[in-house]
Amino acid sequence: MRRKFTLADFPDQGTRELTAEDYVYQIKRLAHPRVVSPIFGHMSEYIVGLKELGERLQAENRRLAAEHAGRYGRADRNLPWIDLREHPLEGVAVVDRYTYRVLIKGAYPQFVFWLAMPFFAPMPHEADRFYAQRGMSDGRNLNLDWYPVGTGHYMLVEHNPNARMVLERNPHFRGEPYPDEGAPGDAAAGLLADAGKTAPLVDRVVYTREKEAIPYWNKFLQGYYDQSGISSDSFDQAVRLDLDGEARLTPEMQEQGIWLRTSVGTTTYYLAFNFLDPVVGGLAERARKLRQAVSIAVDWEEFISIFSNGRGIAGMGPLPPGIFGYRDGREGLNPVVYEWVDGAPRRKPIAEARQLLAEAGYPNGRDAATGQPLVLYLDTVQRGPSDKPRFDWYRRQFAKLDIQLEIRATDWNRFQEKIRAGNTQLFFLGWNADYPDPENFMFLLNGPQARAKTGGENAANYQNPEYDRLFERMKNMANGPERQAIIDRMTAIARADAPWVWGFHPKDYSLGHGWLYNVKPNHMARNGLKFYRIDPQLREAKRREWNQPVVWPLVLLAVVLAAVALAGVRAYRRRERAAARPSQRPA
Amino acid sequence: MTAYIVRRILYAIPILVGVNLVTFVLFFVVNTPDDMARLALGAKRVTPEAIEKWKIERGYDKPLLVNTAAAGGRALTDTVFFEKSVRLFVFDFGNADDGRNIGHEIRTRMWPSLALAVPVLLVGLAVNITFAMSLAFFRATPYDFWGVVLCVAMMSISTLFYIIGGQYLVSKLWSLVPISGYAGGVDAVRFLALPVVIGVVGGIGGASRWYRTIFLEEIGKDYVRTARAKGLSEVAVLFGHVLRNALIPILTGVVVVIPLLFMGSLVTESFFGIPGLGSYTIDAIQAQDFAVVRSMVFLGSVLYIAGLLLTDISYTLVDPRVRFE
Repeated sequence: MRRKFTLADFPDQGTRELTAEDYVYQIKRLAHPRVVSPIFGHMSEYIVGLKELGERLQAENRRLAAEHAGRYGRADRNLPWIDLREHPLEGVAVVDRYTYRVLIKGAYPQFVFWLAMPFFAPMPHEADRFYAQRGMSDGRNLNLDWYPVGTGHYMLVEHNPNARMVLERNPHFRGEPYPDEGAPGDAAAGLLADAGKTAPLVDRVVYTREKEAIPYWNKFLQGYYDQSGISSDSFDQAVRLDLDGEARLTPEMQEQGIWLRTSVGTTTYYLAFNFLDPVVGGLAERARKLRQAVSIAVDWEEFISIFSNGRGIAGMGPLPPGIFGYRDGREGLNPVVYEWVDGAPRRKPIAEARQLLAEAGYPNGRDAATGQPLVLYLDTVQRGPSDKPRFDWYRRQFAKLDIQLEIRATDWNRFQEKIRAGNTQLFFLGWNADYPDPENFMFLLNGPQARAKTGGENAANYQNPEYDRLFERMKNMANGPERQAIIDRMTAIARADAPWVWGFHPKDYSLGHGWLYNVKPNHMARNGLKFYRIDPQLREAKRREWNQPVVWPLVLLAVVLAAVALAGVRAYRRRERAAARPSQRPA
Repeated sequence: MTAYIVRRILYAIPILVGVNLVTFVLFFVVNTPDDMARLALGAKRVTPEAIEKWKIERGYDKPLLVNTAAAGGRALTDTVFFEKSVRLFVFDFGNADDGRNIGHEIRTRMWPSLALAVPVLLVGLAVNITFAMSLAFFRATPYDFWGVVLCVAMMSISTLFYIIGGQYLVSKLWSLVPISGYAGGVDAVRFLALPVVIGVVGGIGGASRWYRTIFLEEIGKDYVRTARAKGLSEVAVLFGHVLRNALIPILTGVVVVIPLLFMGSLVTESFFGIPGLGSYTIDAIQAQDFAVVRSMVFLGSVLYIAGLLLTDISYTLVDPRVRFE
C-alpha cells in the first residue's frame, strides 16, 4: 500500500456486468454498522428481516472489533471486511441474474419511489471488499466517497470536491435513447428534437466549486458557466416582473441569448401552531378561530414579494403544485383565508380576521376574560443580523390583530430540540418532497406521527381523528378520482383546523445560455444531465466576443507609476544636490 | 540556543493541551454528539437508533470528559476527549465526519493557500517598505501628507470592497484575468495574479503607515546623523542603516504570521475559488464537524507557537545585542 495514492496506482483494474446480486448487496448495506444509513430506521419498518440483519451485523462488527483491537490496538481504524453475502436477509432474494424480489411488511406503494433513490444504487461486493483493505483510507481517501462505483452515463474522472469535479462519458454504459415522448408543450419547446439519439449527448462535464454568488454570477455572464440560478443580489439585473406577475428577462439578458425557466418546487414552507400548546393548540373552537384569524393576517404574498423577489406562490393547503391531489384555481381556493374575486384569489380583509379573533375570545388582541394582551411566541432559527427584517415583518403581521409577537430566535440544534419536546407555540418550518406522492405531504399532519409523542414528522403535533382515518385510507391508494376525493376532504379538514398557516411554495428560476439545449426543470430527479446538449462552437465564439481583453488600463497604470517614480527620482536628486538648510531650532 | 528552543517546545505542550480542552468544552457546550449526528444524518426520518449507530461508528458514544463507569485511569482515558485528543499530538488528525481524511485535506489544501499567501507577504513587504521609506524620505512635504491620507483611506476600506471591485474592474470589465478559480503549475499565475494584487493593495494602507512611523522614529537618532555626516547618500542611510534598525518591530509583525500562512485567508480564498485551508474551518463549524474544528484549532495553535519562536530567533539574526538566556 506504500505507493498507492490513487486508483490509477493499482495495476489490475476491470469492470463487469451489473446483476441483481449487486442490488441485494446494497440493500444489506443499509443495515451495515459502518455505513451512515439515514433511512435504515425507516426501511427496517418495511423490509422483512432488515432490522434483524442490522442486529446480527452489529454483533458481528463488535466481535470483529474486539479481535482486531487485540491484534492491532483499539486505536486502529482498519476493521476487517464483512462479507454481506454470508449474511442472509430474509425479505430480499435474488430470483435470477437480472431479477430480485423484496418482501415488505403491509402495503407500501411508495416503496417504489425509494428504490429510485441513491440509497438503493447497486453495489458490487468486489468494490466493497477492495475499499475495506487495510490502509486504504489512511490519509489517502481511497474509499467509496472519493472513488464511487456505478454503471451510469458518466464516470467521475476527477474528484476534488474543494475545487472541481469532472465527469466523462462512461464507455461501458449500456446506452439509453433520448425520449421521443414528453409532456404537453415539450415538443413545441424543442425538447424532443434529439429524440432517439443515444444519451449522454455531452462527452465531458466540469463542475467547478464557487463558494460566493457574485463571482459565480459574473462568470455565468462571461459565458464560463452554461447554467445559473439567480441569487437575490442579481435578481434585478436578470429578471423583471410584469404587471401580471410574470417573470421576464431583462433586455441585457435577452441580448446575450440567455433563457429563463421557472417552475414551482415540490416544497412547502409553513408557520405551524403547536397543537400541544394550551393557547393555540387543540381542536376547541376558541383555538381554531385564533389560528384562522392569524392565517388571514399573515400575508404570505407580501412575504414572497419582499423576501423572495416574488419567487413563490402562496399555499392553499398542504400539497404543492405538481403533486397528485393539488388543485389549481378556484377549485383549489382555501376558503378560510381567501375569497374568489375577479377570477383570482384575494386574501380576506383584516376586519374578518379581527372578528374571528374576537369570537375566539380576544377582542382587539386582549383576553376578554382577563383583559391581558394576547402574547404569542414564535420559535425560529437565527442565522445572523440579516434575519432582523424577517422578524420585524412577522411582528407586523401579528400587530394587525393587536397580538404581541415575541420572537424566540435560537440556533438550529436548540430549535429542533424544542420541536422534539413540543416546547413551542409557533414555528416556521418547511418540507421538500422525498417522492411525488401526496402521502409524502399529508403525513406531515398525521396524528400518529406527532413529533413530540413518536418522533415522527408531524412537527405541529396536529391530531384530528377524521383526518387520521382518511389518511390511513388514502396513503396506499392508487391515484384516481377516489383518492382525489379523500385528499379534498382531508385538505378541507386541515384548512378548517388551520394547524399551519399555509405558507408558500418557492418558485425556482433557472437561467441558461443559448448554446445549452434540452434543459427541463425536475424537482424529483437530478438526472437530466444525460439529455443536455451543447453547441460548443457557439459557446466558444460568444466567450471570445464577450471577453475581449481591455489593455489600456494596464498601460495607463504603468505610465502613472512610471511618472510618479520619475518625479520621485528627480525630487530625490534635487534634494541630494541642495545645500544643507540652516537649523530651524530657535536660537 | 538549542536548550532555549527545547525549553520553549516543552512550554508549548501544556498550552496545546489547554487549547484543546477549551476547544472541546466550547464546542460541546453548543453541540451535543446527538446534534452532530442529526446534522450529518439530515433532518428527515432520523430515528434514535440511527443516531446511536452514527455515534458508535464515529466514537462519540462515550462520556465526554469523565467516564464514571470506568475504573482507575480509564475514567479519564475511556472518554471522547482523550480518544479524540491524544492522536493530535502525533499529528494524526483522523477522518472528518464526512469520511474524508483530514491530514490529506490539509496536505492538499495548504499548497493553494501558500501559493496565494507567500507572494502577498513578500510583495506586500517590499511594496510597503518602499512606500513607507519614500514617505519618510519626503517627510513633512505634500507627498508625505497625501501619502498618509491615502494610507488612512486605504485602511478604511473593507477587504471585501477591494475584492468585489477588483473582480468587477479587472476581470469582468477588462477581461484581463479570470474572475475566480485555481489551477496547478504555471497556470496558477493567471488565477493568482488578481488575488495577490488585491492582497497587496489591501495591506498597503495599514502597513505603510505603521512602517513610516517606525522609520521616522529611527531617522531622528544620532547614528543617522552620523551616517549623513560621513557623506552617505540618503538612500544608503535609509536602506543601509534605518531599515536594519527598524527591522525588530517589523519582524515582530511579519515572522509571527509566516507559519500561519498555511492556514490561508478565509474571504479571499472564498471569493476567488481558491481551494485552500482558509475556509476549511468555517465550513467545518457550519457542518458541526468537531474532528475538523479540533484539528484546525490545534494546528493553528502549533503554528502560532512556532511563529513566536521563529520571531525570537529572528531577533538574534538582525540585532546582535539580543541573546538567548
